[in-house]
Amino acid sequence: MLQADGVWFRHGRDRPWVLAGVDLAVGAGEVIGLCGPSGGGKSTLGRVLAGHLRPDRGRVTVDDAAPRPRRAAHPVQLVLQQPERAMDPRWTVRQVLAATGADDAAIAALDQRLVVPSRLDRFPHEISGGELQRVNLARALLARPRYLVADEISASLDAVTQARIWTLLLEHCREAAIGVLAISHDRPLLETVAGSVVDWTPSPVGETPA
Amino acid sequence: MTALLEVRGLEVDFVQYERGLRRRTVHALTGMDLTVAAGEVVALVGASGAGKSLLAHAVLGLLPPNAVERGEVLLDGELLDAAGRRRHAGRGMTLLPQAVSFLDPVRPVGRQVRRSAELAGHPAPRRAAAEALARRGLGPEVLRRHPHELSGGMARRVLGAMATMSNPRVLLADEPTTGLPPADVRTTLGGFRAMADDGGAVVLITHELRAALDVADRVVICRDGRTVDVADPAGFSGDGAALAHPYTRALWQALPGNGFSVAEGV
Repeated sequence: MLQADGVWFRHGRDRPWVLAGVDLAVGAGEVIGLCGPSGGGKSTLGRVLAGHLRPDRGRVTVDDAAPRPRRAAHPVQLVLQQPERAMDPRWTVRQVLAATGADDAAIAALDQRLVVPSRLDRFPHEISGGELQRVNLARALLARPRYLVADEISASLDAVTQARIWTLLLEHCREAAIGVLAISHDRPLLETVAGSVVDWTPSPVGETPA
Repeated sequence: MTALLEVRGLEVDFVQYERGLRRRTVHALTGMDLTVAAGEVVALVGASGAGKSLLAHAVLGLLPPNAVERGEVLLDGELLDAAGRRRHAGRGMTLLPQAVSFLDPVRPVGRQVRRSAELAGHPAPRRAAAEALARRGLGPEVLRRHPHELSGGMARRVLGAMATMSNPRVLLADEPTTGLPPADVRTTLGGFRAMADDGGAVVLITHELRAALDVADRVVICRDGRTVDVADPAGFSGDGAALAHPYTRALWQALPGNGFSVAEGV
């Protein structure tokens, strides 16, 4: 279980609290949707869960232990809305995928619906947004995560591409019992892909930890 | 009713150099058709990378020099070349751009909106800028901020204020609602409907088909650089049986709530 326990976070001592005592749990193989207004801290929570930010108070546990990403890839992988900004533009798709530590065989064995083999030696700007987002997803899956945080991954894609990406994501995550936290504004989307949807309320201004 | 803006078989190629002097041609648009009359909102939807934004830039004559255009663009029934359309850009015809990156990152918002007001010929640009922002619920404190200090929703309102400053007859809105909560999406689209009802013409480029259906008079569907279908918004209901083109039907059926299905072969 991926668990946030009373997590508090702010971007500096003199800044307001973005996360104020957040509790959240995602079970293995479970898909939880997180829906709420812009600027409310949903993405910040995603980054805290994936270990990109350290909570000021409270803790994040993965399967009842604090994650130790030094030795291997972090057990919680984050997939973001804009894949072109999540990759080095000077790297080919193959280099991007290899940076997870995966060897050639693992890359060659990837689901062809995720990464079309003919696209492996292309640069990010040479392939379409939908293809690039699938590469982004493939990269996260190559890191063999236990949990996946999908932050608005289909917000800038058309409906057909969106359905295709989510179908692939759900299929792969079900197969490997990966838990998914899906963050989006799009409630109908979350109700379709997630087992349950959590309504996110931004933390009230001026709240302080007890 | 004559069309304010009419695009007939617009094709755009880009000539690029690769490895020295070897040239290659990228076919970006291969046959776009679009007609919008005064009083209409036309939604332009389609696959990511189909060339929707490119169409808007081409219509405004904003393409880089290596672009080669074919086809016809008529404004008010008058056939205009790219340079001719460029003269109307920002005056009779404006673009509401997609991203906050279209703002100058190192100048405060107030100065940029004021510049739009100046170019639109307002006698008191400073006041016009403040009023345009106030109408969109942004207070005077926003004038001093830089673009990176705005939230996504605020940035869109600033861009909206700049794009409509000259009361354009044709507005090309490029994904104006991406990432906005549903209430703001309705307000934004309602604003476009009001513009059209006042005699303007709005081209609404969007992925959010369902929201667009509430305000659009027609839906133009494009894919791989060409227009594949023009559909009546009323046809988007139930399982989409009333939709003639298979890709239009696939787009509708792929929506969450309509089955989320991925049709094979489209």
